[in-house]
Amino acid sequence: MRLVLVGTSHHRAPIELRERVALEREQAQGLAAQLAEGGREAVCLATCNRTELYLAAADAEAAELDAVAVLAELEPEVERALYRLRDHAAALHLFRVAAGLDSLVPGEGEILGQVRTAHELGTTSTLLDRVFRQAVHTGRKVRAQTAIGESPASISGAAAALAEQVFGDLAGCSILLVGAGKISEQSARSLRSRGARISFVANRSSDRAEALAQRLGAAALPLERIEDGLAEADVVVASTSSQGFVLDAAAVARSLRQRRGRQLLLIDLAVPRDLDPEIHDLDGCYLYDIDDLEAIVAETLSGRRREAERAEALVAAQAEKFHEWHASLEVVPAIASLRARAEEIREAELRKAEGLLGRLDEGQRRAVEAVTAQIVNKLLHLPTVRMKQAAAAADGVLYAEAVRHLFGLGEDER
Amino acid sequence: MAELLFWPALLLYGEAAVGYLGDARRPGAAGRAATWGVRLGWLAQTALLVVQAARSDGFPWETWAGSLNLFVWLIVSGYLIWGCRRPYRLLGLVVMPLAVVLLLVARAGGGTGVGGESRYSSLFLLLHVGLVLAAFAGFTLAAALSGLYLWQERRLKLRAVTILRRPVPALATLDALALRTVAWSLPALTLGLGVGLVRLVLDRDRIDALVIATGVTWLVWAAYLWLRWSSGWRGRRAAYLALVGFALVIVVRLALPATHFA
Repeated sequence: MRLVLVGTSHHRAPIELRERVALEREQAQGLAAQLAEGGREAVCLATCNRTELYLAAADAEAAELDAVAVLAELEPEVERALYRLRDHAAALHLFRVAAGLDSLVPGEGEILGQVRTAHELGTTSTLLDRVFRQAVHTGRKVRAQTAIGESPASISGAAAALAEQVFGDLAGCSILLVGAGKISEQSARSLRSRGARISFVANRSSDRAEALAQRLGAAALPLERIEDGLAEADVVVASTSSQGFVLDAAAVARSLRQRRGRQLLLIDLAVPRDLDPEIHDLDGCYLYDIDDLEAIVAETLSGRRREAERAEALVAAQAEKFHEWHASLEVVPAIASLRARAEEIREAELRKAEGLLGRLDEGQRRAVEAVTAQIVNKLLHLPTVRMKQAAAAADGVLYAEAVRHLFGLGEDER
Repeated sequence: MAELLFWPALLLYGEAAVGYLGDARRPGAAGRAATWGVRLGWLAQTALLVVQAARSDGFPWETWAGSLNLFVWLIVSGYLIWGCRRPYRLLGLVVMPLAVVLLLVARAGGGTGVGGESRYSSLFLLLHVGLVLAAFAGFTLAAALSGLYLWQERRLKLRAVTILRRPVPALATLDALALRTVAWSLPALTLGLGVGLVRLVLDRDRIDALVIATGVTWLVWAAYLWLRWSSGWRGRRAAYLALVGFALVIVVRLALPATHFA
């Protein structure tokens, strides 16, 4: 069986093209089932950045043509943006995908779950089962042994990670949102996903504040009463379109008396800035603006790229292991035939000697059985190992033929 | 036998100190090796203390050097409770070199061998020396946590772009852990000092410089707790106070032994 990959991703296709070959879960499942007809295996990996078809087939050419045809049927233009890989290269690609090395943001974690889901929805047997299991294992290993996915890759992720640096677990942390626009809502959702509680939404327009507060289960505040929320809040996220500061250092200093030394993290996502930079000089207050957050994200991304080099080595080792296993499949039938033949001879010779063995008691007969079986195993051990090694070095078929010829394997059937 | 156990303990603590240094430069395998160094070193030192206890006629850590040996063991034991977790590895960079140096000093003073007879009852020494040393070990760890707090707080104030690169416990966690450690240690010190004072009165002994310095140390740590609970002291101010308390612990532990152990 050969492994075939046909697909496209953000590297080759712009979003306008990718969205035309994007597949829903059920569509991906149906496509895999359709391609698997005729004794093949098929998996369809469809995410927002890629649509890839993995096939295991005896006839790689035909499988590849079918996969190309299926994708071209969805969108004829996609054909020029397709990559086509086979065997080792296809497996290496899948392992890199699962490890997040082929993603837009190196090391992003979502792809691993998507690979697992694609495997579950696919029509698989020996080859694709093995390659997808190993891909998931590789993805996990890369994340466990490198720091590729540890740091945030977005502004809102960096803001949430900073909050964790100050408060640890964000469960129970109280958030004050200043501004009721899209950015505020996105940041709120990122913090809420980590367990934080949105307590107040302060905005110049009370209608918008009320609407967002309702969606987030918070209380709305007019901008003039922002200090009311400061005493309780642990994190302040500001993103209004105001031309001046909506919160100055004096107001924060006043609220510190009620806070009894509790730290306060302030995230200013607005341009021009909403929060007075002098707040950062107050004891226990940490103010980060959009430039600070962008610098942190840039650093973490460069850190991810450094870690990606280590991850590539892990992925390559896993791909090599898969290659050895895949190659050994070519010689497995020959090894099985050889062992069956040897066992057949052993049993026949024991039957011939039945007259002599008949005088032995049960224990002695078992000892003879064990000794003859051991002789056969020891004789076949080295040829088996050497055939597997030869298979990994691409000489497997030659060796398998030689063994068949030398031992007359399969001649009886002919 | 004691010699056979001292060297593995020292070498493993040393390996941990070097490992933590390597981990600070590049987090990963060196940190894991350091953690195992702490664990195995602690086991070797525990065995050393057991041998000392078994071979000694009475409380074996009565001398200044012997008590230093026990002090190191208590510090490493405390560190082991949470220090093996990844975010706390940086703390090992402070704790383990300190353990190595103090263990060497203890050996130079003969504190890692098998001792002789004791002037005082074992129960008195166990309560007095054991509790005071346990409290000092707690204060040492609280100071190390406060040091880590100040380092991380400074990075946040400087808006270091590498702030998220290294896993460090959150400021609030470090602050709370330091408070909890002191809250456990101060009662131990109070009890240990009380037992010593009772003995002092019964024996009509004089108060020496070490007793006075220990009393001042107690006052500083009591003030730490009082200020935190009553006046809401947290963060940087509390961390600086913990460092002052630790400086006194060092003075009491290292600089004034002659007046008390003679």
